[in-house]
Amino acid sequence: MDHIPILRMGPVLLVSIQVDMHDQLALGLQDDLTNAITTHGAKGVLIDISAVSMVDSFMGRMLANIAGMARILDATTVVVGMQPAVAITLVELGLSLEGVRTALNVEKGMAHLQAIVASAGALPDSIDDADGAD
Amino acid sequence: MLTARTEQIPVRAQHDIVSVRQVVRSWCLNLGLGLVDLTKLVTAASEIARNTVEYGGGGTLVLEELRDGLRVGVRLVFEDQGPGIPDIERALTDGYSTGTGMGLGLGGTRRLVDDFDISSTPGAGTRVAITKWKTR
Repeated sequence: MDHIPILRMGPVLLVSIQVDMHDQLALGLQDDLTNAITTHGAKGVLIDISAVSMVDSFMGRMLANIAGMARILDATTVVVGMQPAVAITLVELGLSLEGVRTALNVEKGMAHLQAIVASAGALPDSIDDADGAD
Repeated sequence: MLTARTEQIPVRAQHDIVSVRQVVRSWCLNLGLGLVDLTKLVTAASEIARNTVEYGGGGTLVLEELRDGLRVGVRLVFEDQGPGIPDIERALTDGYSTGTGMGLGLGGTRRLVDDFDISSTPGAGTRVAITKWKTR
């Protein structure tokens, strides 16, 4: 069976969906990403759907599931690059993708994730600060 | 109203859902539907095709090019010989689902098209016809 490739860039996993996904491929991606988050201890997942021309309820559910599972595994998911016609259709269909963070493009999504990763990394330091010297 | 052209494709397995999307897309492009209307019809077709495969046990899609005076449209007729839907009104309600979808298949799909017609006979099958007209 074919798979959607998952790339790793530091603490962030990158996925760019470039094909018209059949349901099994979508479910496979969900499993692969969940495993990859655990294996690499990833803190962020960036899913680029700029080449996706249609999101139906099945694919919408997959995106929501990925975001939900990632959250439980302490990672943040950002979906980027949704085409305007896809967004209009999703809303009319009744899917609001609640719980899924979005950004307009890969650059903005990445900046968003890097900020989250940086603030998570800074957390122990700020606790130290509270104890100490300042 | 007349039907200028028809095409029939099978809707039997999961990979047929992808073919349905591709054929509907190419028909819409051919007839010059706008990108938003095209996306809505392809999405609606994907939803119904999945129902046909998952609940109807497979069936067929007939695409029809409609001409009504100056109007041009596409009608998609999905038919299966599955168990049928006992309570159509309930199936059209947002949030109703018996399967693995998000429970907004039919109700949501109806909002994406200009005309939505469903008939079902328990034990004999289901027919769903959806139409989208080209906006001028």
